[in-house]
Amino acid sequence: MLEIKNVYKTFNAGTVNEKTALQNLCLHLNPGEFCTVIGGNGAGKSTMLNAVAGVWPVDEGQIIIGGEDVTKLPEYKRAAYLGRVFQDPMMGTAPTMQIEENLALAARRGKSRTLRASITRAEREEYAERLKILDLGLEDRLTSKVGLLSGGQRQALTLLMATLKQPKLLLLDEHTAALDPKTAAKVLDATDRIVEKDRLTTLMITHNMRDAIAHGDRLIMMYNGHIVVDVSGEEKKRLTVEQLLALFSQASGSDEADDKLLLS
Amino acid sequence: MTGFLSALPGAVSQGLIWGIMAIGVYITYKILDIADLTVDGSFCTGGAVFVMLFGSGANLWLALLAALLAGMLAGLVTGLLHTVCGIPAILAGILTQLGLYSVNMAIMDFKASVALSITNGETLNKLLVSLRFVKGALDGSFPFWRHPIIVVGLFTAVLIGVLYWFFGTELGAALRATGSNQNMARAQGINTDRTKVLGLVISNGLVALSGALLCQYNGANEINVGRGAIVIGLAAVIIGEVLLGKVFRNFALKLLTVSIGAIIYYIVLQVVLALGLNPNYLKFLSALVVAVFLTIPYWKGKYFAKPVKRGGDANA
Repeated sequence: MLEIKNVYKTFNAGTVNEKTALQNLCLHLNPGEFCTVIGGNGAGKSTMLNAVAGVWPVDEGQIIIGGEDVTKLPEYKRAAYLGRVFQDPMMGTAPTMQIEENLALAARRGKSRTLRASITRAEREEYAERLKILDLGLEDRLTSKVGLLSGGQRQALTLLMATLKQPKLLLLDEHTAALDPKTAAKVLDATDRIVEKDRLTTLMITHNMRDAIAHGDRLIMMYNGHIVVDVSGEEKKRLTVEQLLALFSQASGSDEADDKLLLS
Repeated sequence: MTGFLSALPGAVSQGLIWGIMAIGVYITYKILDIADLTVDGSFCTGGAVFVMLFGSGANLWLALLAALLAGMLAGLVTGLLHTVCGIPAILAGILTQLGLYSVNMAIMDFKASVALSITNGETLNKLLVSLRFVKGALDGSFPFWRHPIIVVGLFTAVLIGVLYWFFGTELGAALRATGSNQNMARAQGINTDRTKVLGLVISNGLVALSGALLCQYNGANEINVGRGAIVIGLAAVIIGEVLLGKVFRNFALKLLTVSIGAIIYYIVLQVVLALGLNPNYLKFLSALVVAVFLTIPYWKGKYFAKPVKRGGDANA
């Protein structure tokens, strides 16, 4: 479903701030695969997701989604294939618009926007039904402005928007990192339910090793702009945090298991 | 006092005309979140195109349409400077505005002022609005419905209706989303460059239309007529919001609020003039009013906010 082929990306090339963020990155995701991504700060996790989403062009390599080469497509055109949830709860929704209006915008992802009504009565009923899966009571607040919602509610809504129209690929960029533990667990639960229901191909970045092990059916670890650990199937199910740390030191060639990886 | 009272219908009429411009400013400033300074130029462009076309015998509605299109073109230029050339929106607007000064002069045959021959009764009768109708509709020399308050009021109502419909469409919602959160808009497949240009085009079209109406009202178009228009527009938007923002929540009513804000602005001007202020100080006063009204909400949030429990935002 997703193929990343030998992608390179360097920021601020030619300046003192030069930073090679992706180095010969390769990844192949099968349809329906739920892959968690871990790695220290600066390993290139978010850069990889942004490269797939087309936030900026990559320097080299190819990105193929569902068989189509999207390397040259701008961000708004790639959106037709993607569902995205960001780390910052403020980024994924339009705060001055109503919950139902946000959902209606998401329902039209990948379609041209015409002079037809932005939302229909039938849609309203459908959205109320869909919001129930989040278990946050948002189905009774369809016309509330999203700016009034808490960070957790906004993140859950963004998740629903990202998956309202089945995306070819769901990109979750530490979408629970800014939430308190209880809310984060709730949003993760909803993530599992939605991904499972529609069998969505998913890439989920997390800072939390336990989450990375507990969720999804494949786990990759990034270091220095490429993938150094890739486990799936039975092997992943039996994985422990200790083993993961050992794998990391082995792959990165350093035995100082990055403290930042140990988070919680 | 009688001087002020007799000036009131004129002030309301002018306020209504400028209100259409202010609705244009509302679209960029409030909906798109762009401070677009093109309006200082495109306002005059509307009047210039109208006065030249109508003056040379063109049909009134055709001349109005041409003014609208000319304003839209000005907005398009700013939009392209901003999105295609990557110039910050505020600077893109300033560049277009400056360039428009020459363009407006050229349209007006390099004269600083071009008058409509309103001494000619036939020409006057063709106009949609005129200062002369303000008294004429009351003393019976013109039918009462030709009073600018009625005509421009209807005009505004129709425009608000059209805009209300448009911003309720998929395209209009995309435009609102762009102003609310560009990141979200792009992630939902909206071409934010295109929606920004579209917003600027619509806004400046309205501004030019307003300019064409004011040109009729004054019976002439003058090259400096739009100077400071952006400030008047902002004043109308802000005054309306401060006074009626809590009452009017519906989008159509919000647009109406802007129009009312412009009327209040012109009434206040009349009061100040009736009190004997030298008209040369009006621009200073306008700038002061806008500065104060923009400061109030900021200071309110910064210095007078009630302490909120920390972390409230992160709790679901």
